[in-house]
Amino acid sequence: MFNPDLLHFLVVSSIVFTIGAFGLFVGRKNLIVMLMSLELILLSVSLNLVSFSAHLEDLTGQVFVMFILTVAAAEAAVGLAILVVFFRTRGSIEVQDSDQLKG
Amino acid sequence: MFLSDPGTFLASLAFWILAIGLCASALSVVLSRSPVHSVFFLIFAFFNSAGLFLLLGAEFLAMILVIVYVGAVAVLFLFVVMMLDMELVILREGFTKYLPLGTVLAAILLAELILVMSLPRDNTPAANNPVTDINNTKALGELIYDDYFLLFQVSGLILLVSMVGSIVLTHRVRAGVRRQSIYDQTARAGRIRLEDPGVGEGVHWDV
Repeated sequence: MFNPDLLHFLVVSSIVFTIGAFGLFVGRKNLIVMLMSLELILLSVSLNLVSFSAHLEDLTGQVFVMFILTVAAAEAAVGLAILVVFFRTRGSIEVQDSDQLKG
Repeated sequence: MFLSDPGTFLASLAFWILAIGLCASALSVVLSRSPVHSVFFLIFAFFNSAGLFLLLGAEFLAMILVIVYVGAVAVLFLFVVMMLDMELVILREGFTKYLPLGTVLAAILLAELILVMSLPRDNTPAANNPVTDINNTKALGELIYDDYFLLFQVSGLILLVSMVGSIVLTHRVRAGVRRQSIYDQTARAGRIRLEDPGVGEGVHWDV
């Protein structure tokens, strides 16, 4: 059995980050999946910070993760509000449909 | 000491189960057909990473993750997904179109990240806020209410602004809804008089 050390945690967080970026790229038709991919990216960054906090025995990383959680919650709320308004005006949640500002 | 309980068989087993669960559910968030399933996989991913946080000794953050993310953010996502009725066919349209390029870019990104992560590091502890014997929640509380007090207040302000912002964005004035208008009611004062009919007056009846 492998004992997990810092690198294992970092690799897990990199994998989740990559999946989030991949979801941002392929989920272009679906704004909700893009928002969820953003949440995954923020989660992976939090995991990275907590691993380094445990590795360096320094609590600053965990304080940062708290602020990241706050900002992520705010971002999710505003993002979903924009999504609801967008769906009301256009009747779809495709990113390509957001072209009303185009002259 | 890296893990809270290092070297034991159970800790290693927990790490592998949680890590594989996290990666699999994250992939399912992106790949699943229905947005409702995506939200459920997102909740599962949050639970798994809360377990990883516990394993790293960050108990408070693990609980916060479950409460805030699963209890608030994921439920918010679920509400929105169920409120909008989307056509699943349209949602998956561009998927196969972007899949090859996306996979290549993701593979390159992952390779670069792992390459950077496995470089030799400076492992000296920073020792700004060293982990002490007191429990995780108390230590974090002392940091937040002492060193990072201003940032803590500002994060509360961010939450307030986002709350006001989402209410303003989603609020709409519907036509045909009759609301109580306090101003109109009190502005009627000039047209309404109070009359004093006196004792025995004001009531008429025919015998």
